Amino acid sequence: MLLLNAQELCLGYEGKRVASSITFCVRPGDYLFIVGENGSGKSTLMKTVLGLLSPIEGEITLGDGLKHNEIGYLPQQTVVQRDFPASVREVVLSGCLKRSGPCLFYTREDKECAATNMEKLGISALSKHCYRELSGGQQQRVLLARALCAARKILLLDEPVAGLDPKAAMDMYQIIKELNEKHGLTIVMISHDVSAAIKYASHILHIKENSSFFGNKQDYLETDMGKNFSNIGER
Amino acid sequence: MDIMIDKLILYFEYPFVRYALIVSVLISLCASLLGVPLVLKRFSFIGDGLSHVAFGAFAVAVILNPINIMLIIAPITVFCAILLLRTGQNSKIKGDASLAILSVSSLAIGYLLMNVFSTSPNISGDVCATLFGSTSILTLSLLDVWICIIMSIFVIGIFLLFYNRIFSVTFDESFATATGTKASHYNLLIAVVTALVIVLAMNLVGALLVSALIIFPAITAMRIFKSFKGVVICAVIISVVCSTTGLLISILAGTPVGSTIVVTHLCIFAIFTGVKQLTRGRI
Repeated sequence: MLLLNAQELCLGYEGKRVASSITFCVRPGDYLFIVGENGSGKSTLMKTVLGLLSPIEGEITLGDGLKHNEIGYLPQQTVVQRDFPASVREVVLSGCLKRSGPCLFYTREDKECAATNMEKLGISALSKHCYRELSGGQQQRVLLARALCAARKILLLDEPVAGLDPKAAMDMYQIIKELNEKHGLTIVMISHDVSAAIKYASHILHIKENSSFFGNKQDYLETDMGKNFSNIGER
Repeated sequence: MDIMIDKLILYFEYPFVRYALIVSVLISLCASLLGVPLVLKRFSFIGDGLSHVAFGAFAVAVILNPINIMLIIAPITVFCAILLLRTGQNSKIKGDASLAILSVSSLAIGYLLMNVFSTSPNISGDVCATLFGSTSILTLSLLDVWICIIMSIFVIGIFLLFYNRIFSVTFDESFATATGTKASHYNLLIAVVTALVIVLAMNLVGALLVSALIIFPAITAMRIFKSFKGVVICAVIISVVCSTTGLLISILAGTPVGSTIVVTHLCIFAIFTGVKQLTRGRI
């Protein structure tokens, strides 16, 4: 019953090796944080899981009947989006695009799905608003709603709180926690924030150049990397 | 006023004036549709670069003198569109530089060829006409009009069919790719169709002014409208209105067609920007 299973992955792009010997697995209902320094290969790992890059060595297998179009993905915001004229509803609906296979237009089901997910994240009232005029936290909710439209079982998030103010970041973590606990969605999140990882995660993957750690939170707190952070937390 | 209307009615009795109107409406419609994703994806440079390429291709076509010059201009421009897209994606700076190289080389080669193998005594007139549009819009044959109609149906059809995907790919390429839309295919499709539209639009406003038809309507619509659908519809309306107005003015006042249309676009852009400034505090 593994949703994702990665064995001895060696990651990279354009022939450049970024990270090696990464092994981890994700079970339904898990909340996995992927932490590590800048350039350690977190985003590369995410792209490999999504099938946008292929690993140099090792392999990732999708299990439990999981298909690529059932993975929800929240990418980092791009420059293009900052002044993009689009209504919230248009953005959220675009998450439904591949839901019903190769159909070119949105079905009624798709529209209902978009409405339900906007409701879930409390952005229904913004449905007609312009995406570029929203606050950072609201924009991130819109993108999360879009990801939810595509996600049936698992949600991948790439630095969802980057650039948000502390309050909005807290709200974001709270929403994701609820999605995980109430709606049983499996979460895989990339983050810089090890203290948040210790607070919310069920499992942690810490990517380091040659020695990556993977295990549940209790085990992580007993490693040297984890001890550093739990000490900071206590002080 | 009555004199002007009488004059227009008189002109519209000539088939070539009617052809010119049909063609300019269709071309500006297609150009504005494509302009929206191009501007939003920061691909406006492709439109600009391709128009220079089309000029070079035109020079080659005139020398080779095939049955229809489109048969030479279109493939060269489409090929360069693909080339530009590929290099543009690899790295930002290299893409920029390679575009500049391609643009100026096409201009230089075009002018050189026209000069060396000149077929008419008035070279600078020919060059000027190709760059800034000419009376060729008023010398269209029925065949040209049909080519234009078929192309427009093709472009509009593609845009409507793939509307949702074009939106998704334009808004967020990585999300679209991750959820299984082949973003690179759609980029290629947009670039190829842009190349075809540019080749057609060269007749209307000339090679140097083509990018105005692509960029202005989208930018102007984005001043006021806040949804993608709104921007697309508004861009199409602005474009058709501007081209028609520009064409009529140029017929009445005897000004060059291309520059009149572009200046009309500029005026509308200025008005929209003004309206946006005025309403900024209130919305």
